[in-house]
Amino acid sequence: MNANTSTVAGTTDRPAAIAIDDLHKAFGANQVLKGIDLKVHTGEIFALLGSNGAGKTTTINICTGLLKPDRGRVAICGFDVARQADQVRRVISLTGQFAAVDDILTGRENLELIARLRSVTDPKAIATALLKRFDLEDAADRRASTYSGGMNRRLDIAMSLIGTPQVIFLDEPTTGLDPESRLEVWRSVEELAAGGTTILLTTQYLDEAERLANRIAILHQGVIIACGTMAELKELLPQPKIEYVEKQPSLEDIFLAITAKEAK
Amino acid sequence: MTALSEMLVLTGRSMKHILRSPDTIITVCIMPIAMMLMFVYIFGGAIKSALPAGTNYVTYQLPGILLITVASGVAYTALRVFTDRQKGIFSRLHTMPISRGAALWAHVITSIVSNLVSVLVVIAVALLIGFRSSAGPLAWLGIIGMVLLFTLAMTWLAVIPGLTAKSAETAGAFSYPLIFLPFLSSAFAPTDTMPWAVRVFAEYQPVTPIVNSIRALLTNQPVGSNLWVALAWLIGISIVTFCIAVRLYRKAV
Ligand SMILES: Nc1ncnc2c1ncn2[C@@H]1O[C@H](COP(=O)(O)OP(=O)(O)OP(=O)(O)O)[C@@H](O)[C@H]1O
Ligand SMILES: [Mg+2]
Repeated sequence: MNANTSTVAGTTDRPAAIAIDDLHKAFGANQVLKGIDLKVHTGEIFALLGSNGAGKTTTINICTGLLKPDRGRVAICGFDVARQADQVRRVISLTGQFAAVDDILTGRENLELIARLRSVTDPKAIATALLKRFDLEDAADRRASTYSGGMNRRLDIAMSLIGTPQVIFLDEPTTGLDPESRLEVWRSVEELAAGGTTILLTTQYLDEAERLANRIAILHQGVIIACGTMAELKELLPQPKIEYVEKQPSLEDIFLAITAKEAK
Repeated sequence: MTALSEMLVLTGRSMKHILRSPDTIITVCIMPIAMMLMFVYIFGGAIKSALPAGTNYVTYQLPGILLITVASGVAYTALRVFTDRQKGIFSRLHTMPISRGAALWAHVITSIVSNLVSVLVVIAVALLIGFRSSAGPLAWLGIIGMVLLFTLAMTWLAVIPGLTAKSAETAGAFSYPLIFLPFLSSAFAPTDTMPWAVRVFAEYQPVTPIVNSIRALLTNQPVGSNLWVALAWLIGISIVTFCIAVRLYRKAV
């Protein structure tokens, strides 16, 4: 007999960073989630793909405790979202689909506000460092209402990184960003994951999922229709015919090349 | 961080909103000041003939003007709550490890502080045009308490449309009927000259006992039962609106 009877065979002793179990959610007659199961491991970048209205935001809102599921459970780092909300809030951070930035405050004040609320030791220093990292130094002391959509998004993401949360939810983090800002967000996501942070992001861009995620799940009509690494997902397709064509630069390559800052 | 310091940090934030758009305070003060000038200089002469000889009409109408100031000021409270909900600020705060009520209480404190400032501005203008009071310190304490309690009740009332409105315009619309209530009360003219139906309404709506109490305190008259009726109304409205607002807040975010 195994002395360690509490451990179910096959599971590791460390709880999954995010464990979603049999999630159901309906809005009136609109059955949005019909039984979602997902496990995201610690330090992983996990992409949730789905078209408009698939239920990506709904899933994230349930995971972060903003919405109650009709059925099923979510655990973050072993804490139940419904019953241990306080512990959950201590380990998570959310960047919602639409930037939740205070328009009347400056970028710096927005960051300092979150830093104070999260009891970070040096709010001013954190704010300065994040402004630099997200290329917002020039606009730091301007009101956020004067920011472009991309700047707002970058500020929003920067606000979510304060307090070094263990699990970060990013709901369509790069929608509306120019290619350069998009790369900047990708780089930050990769840095965070390299530092051990778990990231669940949603996206409608296949290339984003392919480039960033360790694993990808596709949410369609209320269920996860595919889940795995890129290689595993590729196996779901019929073998492609191999053709040899000269690789043409993509529009993105061209755009990036000509907009690259010449000064650098 | 304690819930109290979280609330103070968030109060500091919404006070910044007010300081950065001073027009909100000016707008809030201009309308009641204009009304006061109109009542004092246009209608005052006529109304005075129905009042006991020697009545200072500026002092007489001031309580009603103060209530109008607060009633128009809380429209901005509703607007600030609406904006925070609309912009996802409440959602962001609710996924953070801070007390759940901090964001809402910060709005309430901000509302009370900013309305108090407006009230002081209006009182200053009233002093310029002849407002005088023989109230002692204790009476002033009572006046301040009454205005504060009225602001609290109106603030919790304002939170309700702030949390439920579909657009910024409708969030503040509730304050128009509130601004109108003092006209159908003893605020500007004695109720006994009003037609019967208006008079019944005027005598049984909350503004009349509140105005009568503040007026009695300002002029060193006995407050009588007005005080208890006013307190009952204000405490009752505060409790009911508080309960509804808190329930909506829990559901909305
Ligand atoms: N509060 C709500 N009340 C009613 N229906 C809702 C609510 N929130 C979401 N829905 C519905 O649930 C479905 C899923 O919405 P959700 O926002 O989760 O989709 P999404 O995958 O994030 O889409 P998008 O890519 O457009 O952001 C949609 O049909 C939407 O209309
Ligand atoms: Mg969405």
